[in-house]
Amino acid sequence: MSTDYYAASSEAADGRVFTVTGQDWDSIVEGIGEGLDGDESAEERVVVNMGPQHPSTHGVLRLILELEGETVTEARCGIGYLHTGIEKNMEYRSWVQGVTFCTRMDYLAPFFNEATYCLGVERLLGIEDDVPEKAQVMRVLLMELNRISSHLVCIATGGMEIGALTVMTIGFRERELVLDLFELITGLRMNHAFIRPGGVAQDLPPGALDEIRGFVALMKKRLPEYADLCNANPVFRARLDGVGHLDLEGCLALGITGPVVRSTGYPWDLRKSEPYCGYETYDFDVQTWDTCDAYGRFRVRLAEMWESLRIVEQAADRLARLDGAPVMVADRKIAWPSQLAIGSDGMGNSLDHIRHIMGESMEALIHHFKLVTEGFRVPPGQAYVPIEGPRGELGAHVVSDGGTRPARVHFRDPSFTNLQATSVMSEGGMVADVIVAIASIDPVMGGVDR
Amino acid sequence: MSEGKRDDRREEKRDPAGTPEVGKGPEQPAAEQAHENLPTPAGERTVRQVGVRRGMFGVRGTGDTSGYGGLTQSIAFPGDAQRPYGGWYDDVADALEVATRGAGLDVAAPRVVIHRGEITFHVRPDDLPVVARALRDDERLRFELCSGVSGVHYPDDAGAELHAVYHLLSMSHNRRIRLEVAVPDADPRIPSLVPVYPTCDWHERETYDMFGIRFEGHPALTRILMPDDWPGHPQRKDYPLGGIPVEYKGGSVPPPDQRRSYN
Amino acid sequence: MGLEEKLPSGVLLTTVEGVAGYMRKASFWPATFGLACCAIEMMTSGGPKYDLARFGMEVFRASPRQADLMIVAGRVSQKMAPVLRQIYDQMPEPKWVLAMGVCASSGGMFNNYAIVQGVDHVVPVDMYLPGCPPRPEMLIDAILKLHDKVQHGKLGSNRRNEVVEQEAAALNALPTSEMRGQLR
Repeated sequence: MSTDYYAASSEAADGRVFTVTGQDWDSIVEGIGEGLDGDESAEERVVVNMGPQHPSTHGVLRLILELEGETVTEARCGIGYLHTGIEKNMEYRSWVQGVTFCTRMDYLAPFFNEATYCLGVERLLGIEDDVPEKAQVMRVLLMELNRISSHLVCIATGGMEIGALTVMTIGFRERELVLDLFELITGLRMNHAFIRPGGVAQDLPPGALDEIRGFVALMKKRLPEYADLCNANPVFRARLDGVGHLDLEGCLALGITGPVVRSTGYPWDLRKSEPYCGYETYDFDVQTWDTCDAYGRFRVRLAEMWESLRIVEQAADRLARLDGAPVMVADRKIAWPSQLAIGSDGMGNSLDHIRHIMGESMEALIHHFKLVTEGFRVPPGQAYVPIEGPRGELGAHVVSDGGTRPARVHFRDPSFTNLQATSVMSEGGMVADVIVAIASIDPVMGGVDR
Repeated sequence: MSEGKRDDRREEKRDPAGTPEVGKGPEQPAAEQAHENLPTPAGERTVRQVGVRRGMFGVRGTGDTSGYGGLTQSIAFPGDAQRPYGGWYDDVADALEVATRGAGLDVAAPRVVIHRGEITFHVRPDDLPVVARALRDDERLRFELCSGVSGVHYPDDAGAELHAVYHLLSMSHNRRIRLEVAVPDADPRIPSLVPVYPTCDWHERETYDMFGIRFEGHPALTRILMPDDWPGHPQRKDYPLGGIPVEYKGGSVPPPDQRRSYN
Repeated sequence: MGLEEKLPSGVLLTTVEGVAGYMRKASFWPATFGLACCAIEMMTSGGPKYDLARFGMEVFRASPRQADLMIVAGRVSQKMAPVLRQIYDQMPEPKWVLAMGVCASSGGMFNNYAIVQGVDHVVPVDMYLPGCPPRPEMLIDAILKLHDKVQHGKLGSNRRNEVVEQEAAALNALPTSEMRGQLR
């Protein structure tokens, strides 16, 4: 016990710092008691550090709370515990390899990261209109499936954080269905580098459409379970009603988009106002609620899952018509050349593709070689194409200096911006409401810190 | 006028020291051989050269017998757009001019670049708060939402190495514009936009953390992503990527920024 | 259970180490140290489809004081490394560390200024699990291999001898960069 390096109290610039590690809570009481003799007001408030390792903060988030009893008088976020330097790393990789990096930022919505980056690159290349229709439909399909899985995780972990563990188990059960679909189409459950500049990496495998339709039918039976379990549950309502209130002016001042701003009643959705990937041709509604609190955001997310199912159905119908259509731009100087296939020893290079480049076409071999090693060059300039991610406006500011690598890629991540609302939502409330407020913002720390 | 300064710099860069004779084609000097030999689209009549790319494989000096070591390509960003810009860009530019003139202060007309359907206003750092407030408050402009601040480091753009890029969104008019501010390395100070757009709080902290741009008037400009006592600003181009060589059996691969690679 | 019927007069002979190892592995509580994408796969391993509760591990203890296993799931940034060490130090003996994913094992694809190139720079690791992210089945495989290791762990002076031997072996081992002629 005496060599426990963390169980000490020290003097910091603002006052005494206590690190309690168990069976020594009395030290705080004594320490505060000592302070009361001198400066009374200084010791009535206690600054508590929550996180970065904590089961209820959504990932590695550090909350610095100044408490007066159970009331939070000041709440600050400490972030940066997951800073990975992805943006700088992308400057040393080719444009297509950049997709593999950016997909790991917001790890619950990988397709959205990829899509915004690829849309930015395509705008700089000037091939926005040349991306084939099947690729656009596949992008929409995958993004909406990702939206469903992301909202499921939000609801699941949000439920877990307030103690509703069944919501967590059923949320992850449904998410497995979505991940099975991802594995079927892209080959990976998470962090697929599938949406690439110019289109998508591979065509749909046979049987995928049946799986997608089966999934939609099953989800229509499973989604009402969440509503039945939560919507009218008195404990759930008591924890979420009126918590984390942020009205429209607050949202706009803080730059908050996504379900948070839609819970104020304002139907702002980039899929409707600045459509991309053909979203203007799909039939869906923007879901809003009007209570500006955590319950409203929960209802907005539930409703958005239903809308996403509608879009998935429409996308599957279109894909049925587009059998055999190309999934990459026709320009061979940009289109990602190689194909993967499942062989006797697992997934590897498609033998058809190898036969084509080695035996049939010299140009194909040259294109494959040059694109994989050097990559294509993007004309100089900058582009910013924001999309509607599950958490809000996700945009990649892509700067090219004419080379094979990005000169700068900066991601405007919705979680980073939305998390600034923590102070506004939490101060004046109780500690338990801080958890609910943050869960209703649904930050993903990979996106916050990048 | 900022226009004049730009032209001077362009003259200096047009003939970088040591351009090899090989690069000069029959009638075109090296600097005119544009990126990718793409024809300049209509409306982009000028290009702004920012630096030069030499060689192709990152090999310097003897040892590169391919001949690509003598390759010199100019890095030419899209140049200024001329009036009329077309579409709603003119409305925004006019409204901005009127609003900033109304503010009384001496605000220079921003340089405008229109590229791939996106408009960028290059503003002087001192004018930034006035311009931003006008963009937010004026009825015809109404850019309520600032998407964020993005820093970019152009080490070759002498005197304006650090750029801060602001993306603004008008929900009422459904428009997007971009504001770009350039400051030199020697004096990287930009007025903070937190009084105008509170959302810039963390974005400016991140830009400071990663690039070293000091935002004056920011309530609490501290590091946000790196540890508080971290030296240096990581996303600058002169900061190394910081990787370690990866060991394999019998060899090692250097980190990505030290490998030989395409330029 | 049927074990009593099969035993001669209901008596089972084993070693203290065997029983201790069995007890430790059968109720092996992980500490929550989920950081990034691997954390999500770890959560799904605890979920209904890949059920960690079969192995007695579904209770992820939030307090490291009550945990046996720290699964470092995700990339450890420079800012997070001291926190990682603090949590490890707060765990009581016996404790094990499983580095889940390539970022925890070796820095993964992020060979840069911000990520610690392998958590073994910070804490001693008992099991490395590659993958980006590793599937839940791979995580369960790594956990079961770790269970084997725990089951066969020694106690008391045997343990001290084992530690000395392992350290000597590690110090005398051939470094990776010195290995020759083995491309695979």
